[in-house]
Amino acid sequence: MNTYPARENWRRIKNQIAVIIIILLALIPTLPLFFILANIIHEGLRSINLDFFLHLPAPPGETGGGISNALVGTFIIVGIAVIIGVPISILAGIYLSEYGKDSKLAEIIRISADVLQGVPSIVIGIVAYAWVVRPMGHFSAFSGSVALALMMIPVVVRTTEEVLRLVPDILREASLALGVPYWRTVMKVVLPTGMVGVTTGILIAVARIAGETAPLLFTAFGNQFMTLNPMEPMNALPLVIFNYATSPYEDWWRQAWATAVVLTFMVLLLNILSRILAKRIAGEK
Amino acid sequence: MKFNLAGQFYDDIFRKISTVMALLIIGLVIGIFITLVIESWPSIKAFGLRFIWTTTWDPVSREFGALPFLVGTLLTSFLALIIATPFALAGAIFLGEIAPPRLANPISFIMELLAGIPSVIYGLWALFYLVPIVRWLEIKFGAPPFGLGMFTASLVLAIMILPYALSVARDVIKLVPQDIKEAAYGLGATRWETILHVIVPYARSGIFAGIVLALGRALGETMAVTMVIGNRSAMPHSIWDLGNTMASVIANEFTEATEDVHLAALVEIGLLLFVITVIVNLIARLIIIRLKVK
Amino acid sequence: MSLERLPIIFRTEDLCAYYEDFMAIKHINIKIPQKQVTALMGPSGCGKTTFIRCLNRLHELTPGARITGSIYLRDQNILQLDPIVVRRRVGMVFQRPNPFPTMTIYENVLAGYKLLGIRLPRNEADEIAEWALRKAALWEEVKDILHRRGTFLSGGQQQRLCIARALAVKPEVLLMDEPTSALDPKSSLQIENLIVELKETVTIVIVTHNMPQAGRISDFTAFFYLGELVEFGPTAELFTNPKDPRTEEYLTGKFS
Repeated sequence: MNTYPARENWRRIKNQIAVIIIILLALIPTLPLFFILANIIHEGLRSINLDFFLHLPAPPGETGGGISNALVGTFIIVGIAVIIGVPISILAGIYLSEYGKDSKLAEIIRISADVLQGVPSIVIGIVAYAWVVRPMGHFSAFSGSVALALMMIPVVVRTTEEVLRLVPDILREASLALGVPYWRTVMKVVLPTGMVGVTTGILIAVARIAGETAPLLFTAFGNQFMTLNPMEPMNALPLVIFNYATSPYEDWWRQAWATAVVLTFMVLLLNILSRILAKRIAGEK
Repeated sequence: MKFNLAGQFYDDIFRKISTVMALLIIGLVIGIFITLVIESWPSIKAFGLRFIWTTTWDPVSREFGALPFLVGTLLTSFLALIIATPFALAGAIFLGEIAPPRLANPISFIMELLAGIPSVIYGLWALFYLVPIVRWLEIKFGAPPFGLGMFTASLVLAIMILPYALSVARDVIKLVPQDIKEAAYGLGATRWETILHVIVPYARSGIFAGIVLALGRALGETMAVTMVIGNRSAMPHSIWDLGNTMASVIANEFTEATEDVHLAALVEIGLLLFVITVIVNLIARLIIIRLKVK
Repeated sequence: MSLERLPIIFRTEDLCAYYEDFMAIKHINIKIPQKQVTALMGPSGCGKTTFIRCLNRLHELTPGARITGSIYLRDQNILQLDPIVVRRRVGMVFQRPNPFPTMTIYENVLAGYKLLGIRLPRNEADEIAEWALRKAALWEEVKDILHRRGTFLSGGQQQRLCIARALAVKPEVLLMDEPTSALDPKSSLQIENLIVELKETVTIVIVTHNMPQAGRISDFTAFFYLGELVEFGPTAELFTNPKDPRTEEYLTGKFS
């Protein structure tokens, strides 16, 4: 008779031990993540000042210099990628939600988008090299934008579709009943109603591509000088971090950290912004 | 009448344009595949299937075999999975089941933000903070103290894929119906027994999908790995050895490859990587579809 | 009031509508008089909503839907016209108020122009907006908040905004699909009064579930049952002296 309470006790103890182990295991991985953030801020912030944003890189081995060209370059490369990728993605998203719906073709397109999203970024880089760099004969910011556009398209297509599917049919009917053609209904009623969600998708995609390095290695390539011409090789923040971190110069390591702060801040800001927008949509419903 | 024709006309055009853009997505995937095949053709023709199982990678003698990189990729990815899975699972159970929402929500939020940090920054951090730790470990274990190498790459990969595996698993655990859990508690089960015998079995396939998705990311991850793996294009002999993954060898050698066949061999590695990741992602997708049906 | 002496605006001949293989309305022949309120009644699933959705060709937007027979709007078969032209002439108000959430009240009223890319001169636009809102008995309530979002209005106000939106393109007919079923009794009553006033401006065809409502506001009533038009006549006559036993059973509440 005595064994019964003993077993109950053992079960209780086992439960407590297990829960404690789970909590410990869950907390351990937060440590490196916390350290990454702390180290970036600690190492990087001390090197950040106005000059760092305004100056060009110093020649190899010399100290000082800044990342003005990489900052401008990232904006140009990502900007062109958005210009290429967003219209294609939104129209494809419209096809999936308004025309394709549950058809076989639409399903194949969705699978293709998933496959495209899973293609390793380095492979995207090879493809952009073959499609743009080789025919042009030289590296260029534009080829980098093509690579990044390929990476953002699947993200924006799927969010656009999801968001437009949430737009109630009664709004489409209201517009059609006023004698508005379907295409105008889509562009002027359906798309504007889902615009906040589509914007969220674009922001998430931009946050992802802004930090991409691998697809730029043999497309945008990098450039020690300032250029605004997208047909020339161009520098970008992630390229600076990679090149400086793997260089033998201590001053460049310092600048790699400082650049990492700038890039992290940009990406976090975009992600937080997209989340705030997403919350707003959820709140409206 | 003129006006009404315009309506139909533009409707037609709009439908066609959006259909073409949607078809373009299929075209891109096929285009990527065909491009990789065409660009790697000199290498496919020269080495055939031998490419996959030979270990010599020598631009000078123009002899290329991809086995070291296949091994490098598979080894680092699976090692990263083995390291990350227990933590991801515990984290998912903690955030999905144990922690009150007031605690779980902000933690999940921060986790997801950190998952968005670019991989080059993980690489930077690993290079300056993880490498010294690994070097210290290597001295302890009597391995050559490079600091860099396959093990370091696996560690940084584990850190990077953890948030993905965790958030998928957490979402699935949250989907476990309340009444099933209550039934277990009602029978007098402890929390641990409920987790072990009810929640985890119910969410099993979703957790697995999360792990497969994380594997897909690890296989294709380039920058962080390139920065810490040591870039040695030879067969690794232990996990402490310097090495290269499929992605890192492309990143390292692509712009330096002067010989056509060298470039083609690098593209063929890209082709292999493409095929592997597509298969892995499709498997994850199949599991998720089955999950939704259930 | 007799049907024979009134001008007819809508006439259907052997009208049938299908969803895939299912025949939702069967061989309907009806003449709808101009500038009157015609109520369509019948138990749910009887085809009354399908019928009015044929009148502005919204029915065919449902995948697998089709129509046979003919529908004449002032002697033009609308099945041979562009649906867009038909919908400009035949407006519609839906069961649930559906103002466009991204537009202001003012823009909502003028949506029929704005969405088509028709640019009205400023004063003309203002005139139409005020006229439509007055007709919809909403002007006094919203004249000071015209440039705020329509979604902040109450359900009844939103529904009147939708009526104003439909009126602003000056349709010949206004179709209403149970326009008060999602509203509270007070708002419903307001809309009912509005409908009676509106028939001076526009022909109204209204689907309703609500027998007293049909009795209060309609001049003519059509009774649908299982996709067929069972009986059609002046409301007072049909309510007091139904000719068909099925109408009588429905009116006395034997089925619903």
